[in-house]
Amino acid sequence: MDVALETRNLGKRFGGLVATNGVSFKLERGARHALIGPNGAGKTTFVNLLTGVLAPSAGRVLLEDEDITGLRPETRVRRGLVRTFQINQLFADLTPLETLALAAGERLGYGGRWWPPVGGRTVAREIEHVATRFGLGDVLDRRTDTLPYGKQRLLEIAVAFACAPRVLLLDEPAAGVPAAERQDILDAIAALPADVSVLLIEHDMDLVFSFAQRISVLVDGALLVEGTPAEIEADPRVRAVYLGEAGHG
Amino acid sequence: MSVTASFSRRARWRLPEIVFWLLAFAALLLPPGKHLLLNEIAILALFALSLDLILGYAGIISLGHAAFFGTGAYAAGLFCKLVTPDPHTGLAVAIVVAAALGAATSLLVLRGSDLTRLMVTLAVALVLHEVANALPLWTGGADGLQGMTVGPLLGHFDFDLYGRTAYAYSLVTLFVLFLLARRIVHSPFGLSLMAIRRNPLRASALGVPNRSRLIAVYTLSAAYAGAAGALLAQTTAYVSLEVLDFQRSADVLLALIIGGTGWLYGGLAGAIAFKVLQDVLSASAPQFWMFWMGLFLVVLALVGRERLGQGVRGLLAKVMP
Repeated sequence: MDVALETRNLGKRFGGLVATNGVSFKLERGARHALIGPNGAGKTTFVNLLTGVLAPSAGRVLLEDEDITGLRPETRVRRGLVRTFQINQLFADLTPLETLALAAGERLGYGGRWWPPVGGRTVAREIEHVATRFGLGDVLDRRTDTLPYGKQRLLEIAVAFACAPRVLLLDEPAAGVPAAERQDILDAIAALPADVSVLLIEHDMDLVFSFAQRISVLVDGALLVEGTPAEIEADPRVRAVYLGEAGHG
Repeated sequence: MSVTASFSRRARWRLPEIVFWLLAFAALLLPPGKHLLLNEIAILALFALSLDLILGYAGIISLGHAAFFGTGAYAAGLFCKLVTPDPHTGLAVAIVVAAALGAATSLLVLRGSDLTRLMVTLAVALVLHEVANALPLWTGGADGLQGMTVGPLLGHFDFDLYGRTAYAYSLVTLFVLFLLARRIVHSPFGLSLMAIRRNPLRASALGVPNRSRLIAVYTLSAAYAGAAGALLAQTTAYVSLEVLDFQRSADVLLALIIGGTGWLYGGLAGAIAFKVLQDVLSASAPQFWMFWMGLFLVVLALVGRERLGQGVRGLLAKVMP
C-alpha cells in the first residue's frame, strides 16, 4: 500500500510541556482513518504540525514520500494537504460563492491576478460542480453567517474540496450540528472520492466507528495504539483511557 | 443557478457611483473660487483611498502613511527642479519612488499584531521626517523645497492661481487610479486580500500566500500615496516638511474612518467631509475649529456611522415629506 501522509518521530514542545511526543504515523492512500483521543491529548497540535501552522521541535512530515516539514501552510495546500476547521472559521460576511471562488482560484493559479474580475469560466464550472456535490447551489449568494449551521459545515467541507485535496484532514466535521441536518454531512463525507485519503479527527464515537477502517488513538501527545475499529473497541488500554472514561462523549 | 451571473453582479457599476463622478467632474465648471479647496479634497481623497487599500481591504493599520505621501511629494519636487518640469513624468517618477519605499518597508509590517504595525509605520514616518530635516541641501529642510516651476499640463494648460487646472489634474489622476483600484478589489487578488483581513490563518489554509499578497498591496498603497503627495507638490509648487508630519498620517486615518473603510468610496466621502468641515469650521471659528472637529469625531465614534446616517435620513424625511 502507498503512503499518502506520514510523520516520523514528530515532536512538539511548548517550553516544558510536551504536546506531541515522537509520533510516527502513516495514512495510507485512499484510507478512511480516524484519529481519536481524550481532551488535551494533543490532536489540535498534531493537526497544526501536519498543516504547517506550527513548526515541529523534532521529526519530519512527508506527503506522498516528499518531505514537507519546512513548507508553509499554503504551499502544503497546493500540494494537496487540506484541512477543515472544527470551530467555524468561514468568512462570515462573504458569500459561499466568494469563498469557493477564492479556494478554486488559488488552486488554479489565478489567485494573484489583479486585472480580471473574480470568476471566469473555469472557476464558475468548478464552483457549480462543487456546489451541486454538496447541495449548496441555492445558497451561493447568501452571506455565509445567515446560512443554517448544517449548511455552513457543508460549506466548510466543500471549500476544502475545492482545494482539490489528495489528503483531507476533517476536524470534527459534524460537531454542533443539529440532528436534523447531521445526515447531510455524514452523506457528504461518505461520498468523498475514493482516491482522496481522509483523516478524521473526531470525538463522536458513532461517527468514528461508522466511517473509519482504521483508528489511531492519541494519548498525552503520543500514539497509544492503532488498529481496526474492532481491535480498538476491544483494546483494554483504550477502554481505560478513553471509552470507559468518557463513553460516547 | 447561474454562477456567472452572480459574478458579474459583484463588480457592476451602480447609479450612485456614476452620479458621484459626474458631480465631481461637473464641479470643474463652477465659477472660480472653490477649486483650490476641491483640489485639496481630491488629493486627500486619493491619499485616503491608498490607506483604504491596506486598512480596509488587507487589514494593515498604519499611523505613518505620510511616509509615502511625503516621499512622493519630495520625489516630484526634486524631479521637477533637477530633471524636467513636465508634471506627468514627475508624477510617474514619484509613484515609482514611493512604491519602492513601500516594497522595502512592507517586510516590516508583514509580521506582528496591529500594535506592532502602528509602531513600525509611525517609526518609519518619523525617521523619514528627520532624514528630510537633516538634508536641507536636498529638501530645503525647515524652509521647504522652493523654486519649483511646474510645466503646463499636457504641454498646454498652465497651472493658474484659481486652481482649476490643478483640480482637473488631481481629479483625473484620482479617477484613473480609482478605476484601477476598483478593478483590483474585484479581482481574485482583491478577494484574497479580503480573506486575509478577515482571517489570515484560514486564508493560508485555502492556499492563499499571505506574505506575497500583503507585500503587493502595501507596495500598491505606497504608490497611491506617493501619487497624492506628487499632486500636492506639483499643484502648490512647494514641498515642506509638513508632507511627512504625523498630523498628515493622523488626518488621513480620520478622513478614512469618517467615510468608512473597505468600500473605496469611504476615503472619498471622508475626504469631502473632513475638508468641508475644516473649511467651514475654520472660517467661522479660526482658533477653535479643531475643537468642533474633535467633538464631531467623538460623536461619530459614540453614535456610529450607520445610526448617524439613519438619524440624518429620518430628519430629512420629516423636513421634506
